[in-house]
Amino acid sequence: MHHSSLTAQRLAALFLLGCVLFNYPLLALFNRNGELFGIPLLYVFIFGGWLLLIALMAIVAEGRED
Amino acid sequence: MLQPGAIIAVSFAYLGVLFAIAYYADRRADRGRSLIANPTVYALSLAVYCTTWTFYGSVGRAAATGIGFLPIYLGPTLMLALGWVLLHKLVRVAKENRVTSIADFIASRYGKSPLLAGLVTVIAVVGVVPYIALQLKAVSNSFSILSHYPDIVMPANAATVPVWQDSALYVAALLAAFTILFGTRHLDATERHEGMVAAIAFESVVKLLAFLAAGLFVTYGVHEGFSDIFSRAEQAPQLARLLVASDSAAGYGSWSALTFLSMLSVLLLPRQFQIAVVENVNPAHVRRAVWLFPLYLFLINIFVLPIAIAGMLRFPAGVDADSFVLTLPMAHGQEALALLVFIGGLSAATGMVIVETIALSTMVCNDLVMPLLLRWRSLRLAERRDLSGLLLGIRRWAIAAILLLGYIYFRAAGEAYALVGIGLISFAAVAQFAPALIGGLYWRGGTREGALAGLLAGFALWAYTLLLPSFAKSGWLPPEFGQGLFGMDLLRPQQLFGLAGLDEISHCMFWSLLANVGAYLGFSLRRAPDAREARQMRLFVDASQRYHGLGEWRGGARVADLLPLAARWLGPERAREAFERYAASRGIASIEELPADTGLVHFAESLLAGAIGSASAHAMVASVMQEEPLSLDEVMSILDEASQLRTHSRELEEKSRQLEKASAELREANQRLRELDRMKDDFISTVTHELRTPLTSIRAFSEMLHDDPRLELAERERFLGIIVGETERLSRLINQILDLAKLESGRAELDHVEVDLGDVARESLASFTQVFRDQGIIVELEAPAQPLVVLADRDRLIQVLLNLLSNAAKFVPAGSGRVWLQVARAGGQAGIAVTDNGPGIRPDERESIFEKFRQGGRDVMTDKPQGTGLGLPISRQIIEHFGGRLWAESAPGGGARFKFMLPLPDAR
Repeated sequence: MHHSSLTAQRLAALFLLGCVLFNYPLLALFNRNGELFGIPLLYVFIFGGWLLLIALMAIVAEGRED
Repeated sequence: MLQPGAIIAVSFAYLGVLFAIAYYADRRADRGRSLIANPTVYALSLAVYCTTWTFYGSVGRAAATGIGFLPIYLGPTLMLALGWVLLHKLVRVAKENRVTSIADFIASRYGKSPLLAGLVTVIAVVGVVPYIALQLKAVSNSFSILSHYPDIVMPANAATVPVWQDSALYVAALLAAFTILFGTRHLDATERHEGMVAAIAFESVVKLLAFLAAGLFVTYGVHEGFSDIFSRAEQAPQLARLLVASDSAAGYGSWSALTFLSMLSVLLLPRQFQIAVVENVNPAHVRRAVWLFPLYLFLINIFVLPIAIAGMLRFPAGVDADSFVLTLPMAHGQEALALLVFIGGLSAATGMVIVETIALSTMVCNDLVMPLLLRWRSLRLAERRDLSGLLLGIRRWAIAAILLLGYIYFRAAGEAYALVGIGLISFAAVAQFAPALIGGLYWRGGTREGALAGLLAGFALWAYTLLLPSFAKSGWLPPEFGQGLFGMDLLRPQQLFGLAGLDEISHCMFWSLLANVGAYLGFSLRRAPDAREARQMRLFVDASQRYHGLGEWRGGARVADLLPLAARWLGPERAREAFERYAASRGIASIEELPADTGLVHFAESLLAGAIGSASAHAMVASVMQEEPLSLDEVMSILDEASQLRTHSRELEEKSRQLEKASAELREANQRLRELDRMKDDFISTVTHELRTPLTSIRAFSEMLHDDPRLELAERERFLGIIVGETERLSRLINQILDLAKLESGRAELDHVEVDLGDVARESLASFTQVFRDQGIIVELEAPAQPLVVLADRDRLIQVLLNLLSNAAKFVPAGSGRVWLQVARAGGQAGIAVTDNGPGIRPDERESIFEKFRQGGRDVMTDKPQGTGLGLPISRQIIEHFGGRLWAESAPGGGARFKFMLPLPDAR
């Protein structure tokens, strides 16, 4: 529960990951016509990345501190 | 089934359920088994973030910009990743300082400034009013659409409908009444609303389920899944553009700006701050919210784009995209689903309005109205006994007023914007709190002026670049306003200083935050934080270090002063209960026995802070405290300085005392030296005089003998006799002077042998017998039979005694003179007294006769001297040399008595 704990650092790293994922230029990389399983690429990328980020946050936040 | 009456009945039933949940949660809380002390409930209650904006507006936004609705939800996800650090700290700091609102928080951070609290409140109210208007618009529109079932008719432009026929007005009135009933049933000393939070968590579930149900129906009931919808979209030329984002710098810039804006809003909106920080039961609950709240956002957004596409496929024109969630089920005859969606939208609106207006009314009451009322002396508020009713009254009126403002904004500007556009104006307003709040949480140098200047600058630019243009767009302000103030191109509100190419939100964010941060830093750096700011700074910035220093109050106040104060605001029973709990926590039986210490004052201040905000609580407590508040640091530095000063002054005192002593010694020594100098001068002049007298007479007689050869023999012999006598006198004088000098300098060689004083007396008397007999003086000797032995020089003692006897012989009357010689011991001493029956010594002469060349009984100069004037000084020197004493006194019968005493050897 401390500021500089490993959990806080991991979550801060996930924050940075999210900033990169959901911004130019990575976004531009997937911003084109094309689809995966019938779903547009950008849509898959954002929602997939989002879900992945949430899963990682859950693992980090609920996991044991070591 | 979907008659207006039925819809209204269902709505009321739903509100009744909310009431029941709130009531149940409050009851549970009173019994100590809180329903909301649960991380999942906390995470769900955070979803008050999702209002009708999300519920209806996202689809509208998606229909316009495709993926562009998403930054509003990605931002909070990112913020929650930081939540572990930032939100956790916010919650802990708020709990430690009993913060009741975001205004309270910011004001408290910068030294409990009432001015700052008021400013934050004004910004929050003005900024959030459009957001409330958005809810009114959404609910009244959805009601209007649903009540026309089975037809799908868009509601008429509100501005064209008379006010009393405008359903939004009734929605506003209903929401106001509901919030007042719901949120201000009683004044909560802790400023936490358990029942409300439970109801909000429930509403979050309802709106999510309603939206998911609509999404599932549209995606899998109407179409055949996601890929079906997307492939249809690709085939429709006007829809294909939704599948990719606008690929331009401005597009990405706007995306980033919205992400950033929503990151701040999820913490800074008054309702978010209320739920996430003020209502938080346990900081550990943040742990689950970190991922559960983003997951909620994820779920409620999955079906947004499919619904938007499906809506646009179903309704090519004539139907507002903001209403697709409701109109799609209606178009497919799903009455129950449509009603569920309406209820979901209602729950999104009520949740937002309840929490927002409660948070705002608390701020308006605590930070705006109360400070003004308390200053308004003619109200004599300070004399009222129970003010808790007044507090509740103010809050109720504030709720009604805020909803009225929301309605007015809706009438004024509501039609010009889509739902999301209205909401973003509010987001940009509350983002102005970020520098002061987040800066204040981590930066030590922020000051009150800095926070005030930053907020004012940011707020002014927000109003100029975003709020006023929204009025202009709807015709409330002349359209020329859009061309710049006073027609100046550089002052175009939405292209300030010629900055073009940005969307209006990014444009406003850039200018307002630039001015805000610049003013905050600039004004903060003008001076160092003062003592009170520094104390609050440590409470906020160093919260993790568990800084539990002393508070700022010096001294205490009595229970008799503090309890009535608390009772006036909380009501007598609640105040008494709180004091009793405090007493119990300190192990004190009754509140009357509570000691009047700083702990009690702090307890009372934080109790009041819970009800009326920290700035007002501070002022209230200060009114019963006699002492000026002082920070620990100030006290420490004062103590430090004082102790240094004390040390210095003590050293100085010591030095000056030493100097005084030294100078006194010097003065004394100097005086003695001058005395000695004077004595030496006197002595030399006296000695010269004494020596010259015999010399003169010797010379005179020698010259006579030399000059006159015819002098007769008898004459010659007489002259020669005089010369011989004078010569003897001269040599005696010189001997005595030498003797005295030796004695005084301690160079005299004296024996220390056993001497019997009786012997000394007899011997001296024997050598003087002839003189006494010649003068007819009768002498008597008294001496003990046993010898009285002292350690001394025998000859010198005889010299002393002869001197005393010769003095006696000089002064006794001729013919009838008598002299007594007594040898005796007294205590550890033995001595000899010589008494005569002469004229005696005047008391003022008793000491001076021991001075050199002073002779008793007559003047030295005029009379012919009978002695040298050195006998007594020499005698005294001798006696003192052997540790004894020689003095003169009056004898009984008027004569003089000289007496010396010497210590006996065994007594030494």
